[in-house]
Amino acid sequence: MSTPVTFASPDDRDRAGPILEVRDLSVAYGTPQGSLHAVDRISFDLHPGESLGVVGESGCGKSSMGRGLMQLLPPGGDVGGSVKLKGEELIGVGRRRLRHARGQDIALVFQEPMTRLDPLMRVSDHFVEAVRAHRPDTSKDDAKQAGREVLAAMGIPPTRADNYPHEFSGGMRQRIMIALGIVLNPAVIIADEPTTALDVIVEAQILDLLDRMRRTEDVGLILITHNLGIVAETCDRVAVMYAGRIVEIGPIDDVFANPAHPYTKGLLRSVISTDTTELSSIDGAPPSLIDPPCGCRFEPRCPEAFDACPSVDPALTEVRSDQHAACLLYPGADAGSTTDVVPPERDAAEGLQGETR
Amino acid sequence: MTDTIIEVEDLHTHFDVGGSLFGGEGDVVRAVDGVSFDIRRGEIFGLVGESGSGKTTLGRTILGLVPATSGHIRYRDMDLATLDEKQFRPLRRNLGMIFQDPNASLNPAMTVGQGVGHPLRIHGITSNRAETRRRAAEMLDRCGLSPGEQFLDTYPEDLSGGQKQRVVIARALITEPELVVADEPVASLDMSIRAKVLELMMDLQDDLGLTYLYITHDLASGKFVCDRMAIMYLGQMVEWGESEDIYDDPQHPYTRALLEAIPLPDPSRRDRDKKLPRGEIPDALDPPRGCRFHPRCPEAFEPCGWEPKDLVDALEERWTTVDEDTFERELGMTGDLERVGFEGSRLRFSPEDRNAFSTWLQDVGPELPTAVWSGVETVERDGDDVVVRFRFGPEPGQQQHAGRTVACHLHGVVARPDGDHVGEPVDATT
Repeated sequence: MSTPVTFASPDDRDRAGPILEVRDLSVAYGTPQGSLHAVDRISFDLHPGESLGVVGESGCGKSSMGRGLMQLLPPGGDVGGSVKLKGEELIGVGRRRLRHARGQDIALVFQEPMTRLDPLMRVSDHFVEAVRAHRPDTSKDDAKQAGREVLAAMGIPPTRADNYPHEFSGGMRQRIMIALGIVLNPAVIIADEPTTALDVIVEAQILDLLDRMRRTEDVGLILITHNLGIVAETCDRVAVMYAGRIVEIGPIDDVFANPAHPYTKGLLRSVISTDTTELSSIDGAPPSLIDPPCGCRFEPRCPEAFDACPSVDPALTEVRSDQHAACLLYPGADAGSTTDVVPPERDAAEGLQGETR
Repeated sequence: MTDTIIEVEDLHTHFDVGGSLFGGEGDVVRAVDGVSFDIRRGEIFGLVGESGSGKTTLGRTILGLVPATSGHIRYRDMDLATLDEKQFRPLRRNLGMIFQDPNASLNPAMTVGQGVGHPLRIHGITSNRAETRRRAAEMLDRCGLSPGEQFLDTYPEDLSGGQKQRVVIARALITEPELVVADEPVASLDMSIRAKVLELMMDLQDDLGLTYLYITHDLASGKFVCDRMAIMYLGQMVEWGESEDIYDDPQHPYTRALLEAIPLPDPSRRDRDKKLPRGEIPDALDPPRGCRFHPRCPEAFEPCGWEPKDLVDALEERWTTVDEDTFERELGMTGDLERVGFEGSRLRFSPEDRNAFSTWLQDVGPELPTAVWSGVETVERDGDDVVVRFRFGPEPGQQQHAGRTVACHLHGVVARPDGDHVGEPVDATT
């Protein structure tokens, strides 16, 4: 084995070190057809105040990854690997510690805010409940006051704190969810498609809030989304997931300007933005995660695949400073393989050079 | 190429909501509220807006899936707005629809062949099963599911999302319609296959001489696809014309906001200046008067239709930015905002100390987060109350500007005929 890659963000020298260290995180679900490996041994670090975007298409495992980090899985779901929060291992700890960590240390913001708020409870009482669950000595008034402050920071007038969830619009509810997420000053926020149900203007408002919040509160933010535009607008680094794996991870500017993995290239080309002059798409569909191919999982759809790709499973390898890709076009990606991997030279050079879009 | 296929004039589609079982008066949502435009043969006309803008209802009204309340939809020598379901039925083969969610629009119990062939049977276009299957297979082929015969006996659940949407398109086009309403045809698809489906739709347009009404919230795909488009907000069109003009130089602040809000996949431009509107699309049951966009508009000014509820909203917004003490002090001054009186274009406060309140309000008014104070005409005492009166703010009428139609006072104050205006046009002194 080669030396393990560190996945550190470029400016971590002036920081205290990662707040979250994820190593070989796996999430599997039991199905009648066999075990489905939604997330397959992924690793990354997150630093205080850093925003990591996790992108991929439906079924790539990005949501399972978010839930796996919190160990919030449906029955039949199983988490493996290691998740360290401020150095403390969370996988395998007791339910009590885990409950404490959720909310206090790591908060989750979901896609559908209405299903997460109790329709029979005033918004202010949600804050009383959340604060007192973790800090039982807090008085009701203090908890409500703390709630009013974070609500105001999210643009919800203090006069509306005693209203019920149904009295708010979808965007306001998402603001309330974020306020609930940050009222306990967590170290990490995991936001899973937080704006997918919202219109584009409200989406921009909410992303703006999340961005401001992680800067002022120094919270580590993991933003899970299918939208590459959102990642480009709000994240410092991006992890691209495909078929349960991270296939590329690196600083946002580098990955967008010079994507290394053929999947990242294809995904970026397929974005339809107001700058689009030519439509592009990726042929085919992702593989089954019950019985994934033994080589590169993207090989059947890859325009740059060569003879070794169907049989050798690529590992993440550093392509440029801090930018890693799991693709056999790059030296080091064949770590652990006994087969000789000789990428066609011209293609490899092209890949290294990167394509500017 | 410029002949008109559909001409819509002053179309209204209203829904009654909230009426009680015992016949109580309900409210009315004016989902489509006075819309006029035409669709030219062979073009792709876009209807763009947020959820709640009325774009989907407008598309459905044109197809007779929702009854029009008033107005005209001229097609051939008919007025579709006046037809009943029975009269409409034979026209459906000419007017197709592609729905957003292929999972919801395909019958899971029908094979692909049955589903795609179904319209042929219904309209009596084919008379036997073999003929229906042959035509269905042909259409599937054209829609990129080839060889079509191999898909005839599969079920929707065997297909990927992109393939299902191709089946939906094949079903919509098999009767060779003239006009197809495509409501968010790619919104539920993964990014990597959206382009393929859009390309297919455009190829088929050329091959079959189709005209599309393309309904979307996504301005980015709209730019790529549409020849002309209309931006809708709360049941009305705020700007419409050639797509190129609208994207190059939007003239309505709402259009500009929609364009600026699109997240760009380009990190180097993330710090660009975005003038985002505040808040969200308001309740369609009680739309703002004057310009419907004015409470959110970053460029709203004096004539835009400021009304009493805007002042309440602005005070509440102010309170999200002040400290707790200031908030408590000011709330003490105004009293509970749920008790203020809304009297048309007047707002009645019943403060404890009317003098102190009146002075404070006039101080703080011009500093409020919106331009609401520019719409205030007078602050008067009435007994123990203080009454704030708003001046005339007309609902904007349409005007021609920079090669397109736009309804916005920034280009000159034009009042919409029969619009929902604030105050009186003649400045009556009391």
